[in-house]
Amino acid sequence: MSKLSIITKGFIKDNPTFVLVLGMCPTLATTTSAMNGLEMGLATLFVLVLSNMVISAIAPLVPDKVHIPVYIVVIATFVTVLQFVMQAYTPGAYQTLGLFIPLIVVNCIVLGRAEAFANKNGIVDSALDGIGIGLGFTASLTVIGIVREILGSGSIFGWKFISGDGILAFVMAPGAFLALGYLMVLFNKFLKKN
Amino acid sequence: MALCLTAVCLICSSVLAGVYALTFEPIKAASQKALEQSISAVLPEGLELSEAAVANQGGQTYEYYAASKAGETAAYAVKSTVIGFGGPLTLMVGILADGSVYNTSVLSHSETPGLGAKCTSDAKFMEQWKGFPANANFSVKKDGGDVDAITASTITSRAYTLAVKNAVDVVKSLSK
Repeated sequence: MSKLSIITKGFIKDNPTFVLVLGMCPTLATTTSAMNGLEMGLATLFVLVLSNMVISAIAPLVPDKVHIPVYIVVIATFVTVLQFVMQAYTPGAYQTLGLFIPLIVVNCIVLGRAEAFANKNGIVDSALDGIGIGLGFTASLTVIGIVREILGSGSIFGWKFISGDGILAFVMAPGAFLALGYLMVLFNKFLKKN
Repeated sequence: MALCLTAVCLICSSVLAGVYALTFEPIKAASQKALEQSISAVLPEGLELSEAAVANQGGQTYEYYAASKAGETAAYAVKSTVIGFGGPLTLMVGILADGSVYNTSVLSHSETPGLGAKCTSDAKFMEQWKGFPANANFSVKKDGGDVDAITASTITSRAYTLAVKNAVDVVKSLSK
């Protein structure tokens, strides 16, 4: 597989949100606005790239019986590092995303990539895979966030272009499911055509 | 096997200890800055803030900050938490020494978006607290008080009013 296709497959063929349907919990909960979706995606990207790299480096040394606990410890370490860094330098984003930052530990995308890719590929390829899947996740969350923010609040990235309230359901949980469902339909229709 | 797991845990915990030490100061500075901003937003400018103090009022504890000018306490910022419609509603209430409200701001809330959450954006609701007198009737107009509630969010408005009232009571008992 070429280096470029490792990155691009995360956007289309292996898109974590619309094709693999992984990591639904942060996807549904944090995409109330475009900015929140983007921040959540980038936070996951950070953990994904670093954990992929470390896991691909240590995978040959780890006995099979303990590989899951070892991977989780590595992932949890990077999530905690991210928490400290966000608390220190982006306290605003840390507050909005709240509980969903520590929950990256149990995000199936991260462990999924460790199991499916990083433990049988080299460090560079694993890093590229993390970047690709992470960017794919970020793009998906941002798109869902944009749709929900436009419909729910009449604004985009906090810039309000419709005065008054939007369709409030889209800011709340039902709107998350609706937006995700319809976007998934569109995405798969587009994917089949090509 | 056990060796491998122990080694990984040891390395990871030492990495975390290092990052914790590195970010300890910035985290403290960031939370201090956020706190100062939330206090200065509800108090007149040019006052000197004291350290946090704790007051007991009606079986609840309140964190407050006294603000002084030329050695005399001119205002207080009181952190007041009540239960709103969707969960805890925490306000920072700035109160002048005479007990009148200077300004209020929401520190955290979990009210319904578009309804109760308007307590952070509804200009008419928020403006009325500026200069709200200490002897006014702290309840919404529907209950016979002096507070204009947010349309369709009476429970949030009641909670907000109660939070401000509690804060004013704290200051009244302090300046006695």
